[in-house]
Amino acid sequence: MPLPADTDATIPKYLRDKYAIVGVGETPYTRGSGKTTRAMGTFAVRAAMADAGLKNTEIDGMLSYQSGDSTFAPMIAGDLGIRLNFYMDVFGGGSSTEALVGIAIGVIEAGLCKTVAIFRSMNGFSQVRIGGTGARSAAPVNGDQLHSRAYGWQSAGQMFSPTFMRHMYDYGTTPEQVAMVKVIHSEHASNNPKAYYKKRFTVDEVLSSRLICKPLHLLDCCVETDNATCFIITRAEHARDLRQTPALIRGVVGRCNKPRMDMHYQHGPISTVAGHYGKNILWPNAGVGPEDVDLTGAYDAFTFTTMLQLEDYGFCKKGEGGHYVSDGTIRLGGKRPNNTSGGHLCEGYTHGMNMVIENVRQLRHDVDDSCPCGPDGKRQHTYDYSEGGCRQVKNAEVTANLGWAMPGTGSAMVMRRG
Amino acid sequence: MPGIKADYMGMALSIDDLDGENLTYFKHCAAHDFHLQKCDDCSLLRYPPNTGCPWCGAAKSTWTRVEAKGTVHSYNEVHHAIQPAFKGHTPYMLLLVDLDTQKGQPSEVEALRVVGNLTTPDGILAPADMVRKVGIGTRVRMVFSDVTEGLSLPQWTIDETAAQPAAPWRYAQE
Repeated sequence: MPLPADTDATIPKYLRDKYAIVGVGETPYTRGSGKTTRAMGTFAVRAAMADAGLKNTEIDGMLSYQSGDSTFAPMIAGDLGIRLNFYMDVFGGGSSTEALVGIAIGVIEAGLCKTVAIFRSMNGFSQVRIGGTGARSAAPVNGDQLHSRAYGWQSAGQMFSPTFMRHMYDYGTTPEQVAMVKVIHSEHASNNPKAYYKKRFTVDEVLSSRLICKPLHLLDCCVETDNATCFIITRAEHARDLRQTPALIRGVVGRCNKPRMDMHYQHGPISTVAGHYGKNILWPNAGVGPEDVDLTGAYDAFTFTTMLQLEDYGFCKKGEGGHYVSDGTIRLGGKRPNNTSGGHLCEGYTHGMNMVIENVRQLRHDVDDSCPCGPDGKRQHTYDYSEGGCRQVKNAEVTANLGWAMPGTGSAMVMRRG
Repeated sequence: MPGIKADYMGMALSIDDLDGENLTYFKHCAAHDFHLQKCDDCSLLRYPPNTGCPWCGAAKSTWTRVEAKGTVHSYNEVHHAIQPAFKGHTPYMLLLVDLDTQKGQPSEVEALRVVGNLTTPDGILAPADMVRKVGIGTRVRMVFSDVTEGLSLPQWTIDETAAQPAAPWRYAQE
């Protein structure tokens, strides 16, 4: 059957600035939440709705991701009096966050719903431990896992270490350079009252913490925490009627991959990660380049993952990531701070959600640090980044989130201040 | 083929009866005779076992004997085990080994990069003094850890007969 004449069968290449994150919400970042993932998820979505100034009748889409460790969207919606026109709970962890943004934009564009709440709720310390300790590590080994878990190759750190090692071999990256990621994120976390770890660390402290799996020391690894996080996406024209300065979405990369997705190590260089491919989607779609970005949210499951992604998305030359993360660029007050909340290494672990939330707040020029509030209820930022002080990036206009699932898979998103 | 259930180091291992690829792969390993699937269309070998060619997508393949010697491409060295079976064996080493066979094909960044622990020639997890000798560049040969009938795990041990690098690359901090 021929299409009616008025049917637009072309696919718009860019949806720059047509969608926005309008609300963010989260529980405290804790160990031992004492709550179910259902209770925490409900709390986070409710908080994001309140932040945006949206009523429960105005949310009609929901997306979440999990790996058998959370509560599905219908229960959360039910507990909030929300009737959904669309929902989906997908399997996965890191790199889901930005990918779900892409899905949300797509389903709204296709007319399936109007406003989507994306949430992640997890007791990553007190129930299903993200590091794999406990039930997951003791589970029987079947079939394809005979090529990994049967060799004691299971946790994220164990699985990624061949990439980290090979980067040091290929480019001379040093442990001291990479440890600076933890040092700098810990400085940022010390200015974040809600961070789980607020203590500032030194390079020596990172390198003298116990070895987990070479080249990872304990302090190269993220913190396992219990928490739920949420943000809400809707059309930009709707966003302008809501409470907050919108964070406009410029472009998204969703679970982009290296070749040989069945086992990415078969294809090299293994010191190159999925961002090498993702950058060719991200920057053209966003219409900006790395040099236009004021601050980054490069996923810090480990110190190394931050470096590898910044490098492969083109914030520095390939192989110079060690220098880039240790020369002060990524520190508050530097040219392009990374993970100003303290990220997964310090604030809490929520598979990339908290880094998006942080960048939304940065773009509002209203991060929740300890600066005093003015008469309008907004913080009067001092831009004094010393311990316990400010963590707002001055005049933040463009952010990039770089999400990591594993060396072979990643997601990304560029936002700008609306 | 009937499935397999076995115990290895206190860890329950199994292959389902429907999982013909893994049953065949490990059957050859149990005979200490390493085989990989070779695509009937493009003639490339592939690892790990699977149901189609990762380069050309063709379905049919033929199990082919492969000489299992190679060079350590990268590794990890676990000091804090999370799996109960490995807790008494730290530090243990996981090697990614580039087989000599088909190295640099189909492109220069590719190789049959076969996973295994560093073990003794008898297939027992290597002691700490052996772990310290191995790094990127070490020449290794395949040995096997026998688990049960029809199932042995391919492993790697130092190739005593090969010319070794003067000092394989190891992580700086010992």
